[in-house]
Parts: sequence; C-alpha cells; structure tokens
Amino acid sequence: MLVNPIKNGTVLDHITAGRGMELYRILKLNELECPVAIITNAYSLKMDRKDIIKIDGEAPLDLNVIGYVDPGVTVSTIRDGDVARRIHLKLPQQITGVIRCKNPRCITSVEQELPHTFRLDDPQSRVYRCIYCESRAK
Amino acid sequence: MKSLIGILDLSTKEIDNLIHTAQDIIARPEAYREKCKGKKLATLFFEPSTRTRLSFEAAMYELGGNVLGFSEASSSSVAKGESVADTIRTVNCYADIIAMRHPKEGAPLVASVKSQVPIINAGDGGHNHPTQTLTDLLTIYREKGRLQDLTVGFCGDLKFGRTVHSLIEALSRYSGIRIVLISPDELRLPEYMQNKLSALENVTFTETKDLEEAIPKLDILYMTRVQKERFFNEADYIRLKDSYILTPEKLAEAKADMSILHPLPRVNEISVEVDDDPRACYFRQALNGKFIRMALMLMLLEIQ
Ligand SMILES: [Zn+2]
Repeated sequence: MLVNPIKNGTVLDHITAGRGMELYRILKLNELECPVAIITNAYSLKMDRKDIIKIDGEAPLDLNVIGYVDPGVTVSTIRDGDVARRIHLKLPQQITGVIRCKNPRCITSVEQELPHTFRLDDPQSRVYRCIYCESRAK
Repeated sequence: MKSLIGILDLSTKEIDNLIHTAQDIIARPEAYREKCKGKKLATLFFEPSTRTRLSFEAAMYELGGNVLGFSEASSSSVAKGESVADTIRTVNCYADIIAMRHPKEGAPLVASVKSQVPIINAGDGGHNHPTQTLTDLLTIYREKGRLQDLTVGFCGDLKFGRTVHSLIEALSRYSGIRIVLISPDELRLPEYMQNKLSALENVTFTETKDLEEAIPKLDILYMTRVQKERFFNEADYIRLKDSYILTPEKLAEAKADMSILHPLPRVNEISVEVDDDPRACYFRQALNGKFIRMALMLMLLEIQ
C-alpha cells in the first residue's frame, strides 16, 4: 500500500496498532484542511504491527496529549521532503484538557471554566492525579 | 509570595523554622504583640469550622493584626454563585493574607493561583488540612523534643482520615520513623499510601487490628474517629467500634511517657477518664494550633 511522501508536514510513527483512530479523534485531525492519512496495521520491524498518521500540512499538535495517549510514538517534522526533526515521546509530566476529573468533591465539579489538569504521579504504573483534588485519573 | 496548600509545600527546614518560631512565641509572647500591626487576615470559611477559624483569628489578634471575613458561604456572595477566583480578587483589595476553608477539594489551590497575597488552606473537604498537620508536628516536638526516631501509632479510620495521611507524609521525611497502623480491615490505609511508604528507606511500617497489642511499643498514639457512616452495616460498626476506643484499661501497658494525640473534635473514641492522664495531649495540642498559626503567618508575610 502506498501513501505519497509528504513535503511539509508531520508523521506520527510507531503508534500502537489500533490506537491510530483514537489519536486522530483526540487530536481533532478531522478539523484540519490538509490531507491526513491513517495507516493501520502496518508492518513494523520493531513492533510487529503499528499505526501511522501522516499529515500533509501545518498542524499544531499537543505533544503532551500524544505522549499521554501513546508514549511510544515518534513524531517527525518534514520540511521540503526531509526529516527536519524527530522526537521520541515520553509520558508527559502534566496534561491539560485531555481527561476530566470525575471526583464529585473536586472544585472542578462546580467551577466549569477551570482547566482539567493532571500531573504524572507514578511513571511506572502511568498514574496521573488531578492537580486540585489529587484523585487518580481513570 | 508563598502559599500553603498541602503540608509538602513546606520543606523540613521550613517546618523546623516554624517550630522554632512557635517555641519562641510561647517563651516570649510580648515580643510578638505588634509584629502584625496594620496587617489584616481574611478568614474565608465557605463551610463552617468554628474551631479552626477561632484559632486563626486568635493567632492574628495576638500578633497585633486585624481580622475580617465570613464564617459560612450562605452569608457571602458565594451563595449567589460567585467563583473562587472572583471572590479572591475582591478580598485581595482588603487583606494581606487569607485563610480559606472550602468544601470542595482543590479550591485553595485555585485561590492561590489568582491571589496576590498568601493563601493558607484551612481545610478543603476531605483533602488537605496543613495547619492541623503543623499543629500535630509542633505537639510531637514539644512533647518529645524531636521529630525523628519515633514509633508512631495511628489508630481508627486510616482510610478516610486526611489528618492521618498528611501527618504520615510529613513524618516520613524524618529519619528513624516507625509507623504502626491500627485499624479494622474496612478502614485500612489506602494501598497507594502503603506503596509510597514501602518505597522509603527511613520509614518502616507495620499493620495490626489490635490496639492493645500495639500500644506498649508506641511513643505517640494518634487517635481518630471511627464514624458510623463509613461502614456498610450497623452490625459491623457495633462489632468494631469498642476495639478502637481508648480507655484507661487499654493504656495499662503503654509507656509512661507515651503521648496521646487527637485532632479533635472527639466523639467517644477516647473515653473521658483518659483526659486526666498526663499522657493525654489533645487539649494542649489545640493550644499549639494557635502558636504554629502565628509562626506560619509571620513566615508567609515575611515578617522577621
Ligand atoms: Zn479533581
């Protein structure tokens, strides 16, 4: 299967197989005007199967969001057909606006305009806690 | 500008300084009578807690400052739906420091982000209550002369007891701390807290259901209330509650210099006959609360 190489844009590679659509949705890539290709179940030497997303154009991407959803992803910025920058993501220290605090006793349950921010508490078991009430993200 | 939202916002060095200042206030109160002259404390109590509010207000008056505020949300603009951030912006015009109690967890953190003056968390729901923890630490220091090399028993509701979690976190930064957790199965210390403790080298902890068995080893016994609402059925509550009530008989095997602490208010978890025992510290503990709050306000206001 062939997807044309992109000239200026971003490639998200090494996405855990099956997670591509989830990332597409969370990053709201459907709102972009430029071409976006999602390849699922691609063959991979490193991980057997993987998903890939290619964005052919400018797209503001929140790397923390990608790192939270799937910390193994590689993000390559393409300029004039070449890889200008490649980042191997890690679990982000803090994420805002991705998950919501579900604790009914949390201040965010009554003050709608507060950003829902979570901080990484335990990288090993990927536990994030709400910065306000310290409840564990579900 | 610094605020106090959770006990771990303070380093052990800062806690040592606070204890040192509090001791000095106790020794020479007259030297502090005008330290906060012209300063105003706002006590914003979105839910009532007379004990804590009076302690803050007495502390500011003894430093020569003034106090304004409200003692429940229904008497304030909050009842009309004003946000924490807007309330804080308004109060910033009138006060030099704010003590805030709120039923929602994290509300004081929201306040501290918006505020131009220091915020002290005076309790946010079942979450943090750092001035209670400072009070506990000052009490332990005054009773024992140290915060390290202690065997500390926590008895009762270790699952929901926020004062317990926060004191354990504070103590686990000192060396030679041995924690004994005494509770029924239903009210054990949450697993994530146990995991945190297990990871520390300077702290050991053991668990038991038997207060009498644990008591002879303890330097400090921290009692908490076992509340009926925490149990699924009345029968379990009745079966268990007496095991976690401190009586003179249970004290028979305790060390002669063990200190009994309780965050108050007490219901029936310490029988009144224990009150006259010299080991009972809980009323002295309440008085310590005022001194440590005086020291804290001086620190946050950067007054020498
Ligand atoms: Zn929360």
